[in-house]
Amino acid sequence: MAVMADVNDIQRLEDKARKIRKHVLNMIYEAGSGHPGGSLSCVDILTTLYFDTMRHKPSEPGWMNRDRFILSKGHAAPTLYAILAEAGYFSVENLPSLRKIGGLLQGHPDSKIPGVEFSSGSLGQGLSVASGIALAGKLDKKDYRIYTLLGDGECDEGQVWEGAMLASHYKLDNLTAIVDRNGLQIDGLTEKIMRLEPIAGKWNAFGWHVIEIDGNKIEEITSALDEANNIQGKPTVIIAHTFKGKGISFMEWINSFHGRALSKEEMEIALQELG
Amino acid sequence: MELKSTREAYGDALVELGDDESIVVLDADLSASTQTNKFANKYPQRFFNVGCAEQNLIGVGAGLSIAGKTSFVSTYAVFSNRAWEQVRNTVAYDYLNVKIAVSHSGLTNGPDGASHQSLEDITLMRVIPNMTVIVPSDAVEAKKAVISEARRRGPAYIRLNRIKTPLIFDEDYNFVYGKSVLLKDGVDLAIISTGTMLYEALEAAKMLKREDVDACVLNIHTIKPIDKDAIIKIAKETGAIVTVEEHSIIGGLGGAVAEILAENYPVSMKIIGINDKFGESGEYKELLEKHGLTSMNISNLAKELLEERR
Repeated sequence: MAVMADVNDIQRLEDKARKIRKHVLNMIYEAGSGHPGGSLSCVDILTTLYFDTMRHKPSEPGWMNRDRFILSKGHAAPTLYAILAEAGYFSVENLPSLRKIGGLLQGHPDSKIPGVEFSSGSLGQGLSVASGIALAGKLDKKDYRIYTLLGDGECDEGQVWEGAMLASHYKLDNLTAIVDRNGLQIDGLTEKIMRLEPIAGKWNAFGWHVIEIDGNKIEEITSALDEANNIQGKPTVIIAHTFKGKGISFMEWINSFHGRALSKEEMEIALQELG
Repeated sequence: MELKSTREAYGDALVELGDDESIVVLDADLSASTQTNKFANKYPQRFFNVGCAEQNLIGVGAGLSIAGKTSFVSTYAVFSNRAWEQVRNTVAYDYLNVKIAVSHSGLTNGPDGASHQSLEDITLMRVIPNMTVIVPSDAVEAKKAVISEARRRGPAYIRLNRIKTPLIFDEDYNFVYGKSVLLKDGVDLAIISTGTMLYEALEAAKMLKREDVDACVLNIHTIKPIDKDAIIKIAKETGAIVTVEEHSIIGGLGGAVAEILAENYPVSMKIIGINDKFGESGEYKELLEKHGLTSMNISNLAKELLEERR
């Protein structure tokens, strides 16, 4: 049974997502480098996971029964950090330490940071790791769920499909993968660099339950995650169609923002747009 | 003389460890060869075959360890190297309890040829921060090393063999992580060895003894963290060192010993191993002969080293 999030809930999550986007832009601006495009495309997904769907205790990051999240597309680290800080895993005062020597927040996710389950950054590895945690959850008869977010460009990695075979073979219905389908990778359009379509067909052929949504619409994200939680005997993948740079008019779908910080002038406009 | 392979000992050790519910075993479609099938038969719930997918083998093993398990992951040595970057970024960086126990190392997979032989793995694993590298010399040491590793927190690479080799140690042997074992005293030179070559080193020392050369023999089972003090001590006592390994002469045991001595107590050295070459098909003994990994050649090169010093 799908539970629709109510209007107030959606408003609350949208407000939170706007706040996260501001953090992300500020952090990358302060750091002078980073990946704003792919960080912004997945803000709504991570916001929904951490502030609506997932069962977790920021005061107790190691809580045994927590739902787990693995950021396989590690270059979206600023979004994860902003979310963890807003959730209370650590103080928002740490956010400006991103990418700075001696700082808490490494350029890519680091398990030394409270709330980060595993150190990612090298693409293609998160689904295997998430599957290993899911196997352990089954073995220990725990009811926690495991979520992992993959980039679409990341799906070029062969290991992703090794992981996809395994999760389906072992019927890991406690695992939900989300593909941030923003259509762009560093060198250009995913369909030009290395064709992924039919991407839903590929996951389907690998034995996954596939849901396709607008990954920047909170109500679609909540209902897809809810559907995934009710699927039995197979893992679910949510192909989340998103916009790189989502939320900032001049960044959306513009790939030059894959790997650079905004200028001072661009920052002013962006923050104005976010209100 | 009793013969047993270190992979058989590994399989036995896993079964012995099996009552511990935190132990899980993964294999990449080689469970009969690596002997993880012994564990699989007894504890099927905690055995996971990932198919021939070595990157996934390491990643899934890592995930299980993040969730509190001790993961033993196995394949052939050379194929585990395919997932080197996964070992570096996923296992070693996060200091996970993943024990990469690999079989068919060195030339022990003789007839299969170069693609299946592993002569570079000690170097590749040793260079990764946080990694432990263990190369057991016989089945007794292998079993004890595996049990010791199951109880120690952190990542490890355990290098095992296909071929049956002579037993050197008896059941009373005490394996101590990171501590070398002096098997024979001697003042004229030291033979430092690891893995399969320990037996040849001991035989070489016997040959040398007959020619009035008194060589000591040191077994380095833990190549990382290495027993630095013992190496410096033995260099001071003998002034001449021969290292022997079934591995490339670049960056393995010889490299590790040379790094320590160059900075602390330089002495004359010979590094015996595979001379920067690929393997080829052949019977194991024939390949050892071809590459000079025999007691006779060790003894000859030891004498040469002593001549050069005069």
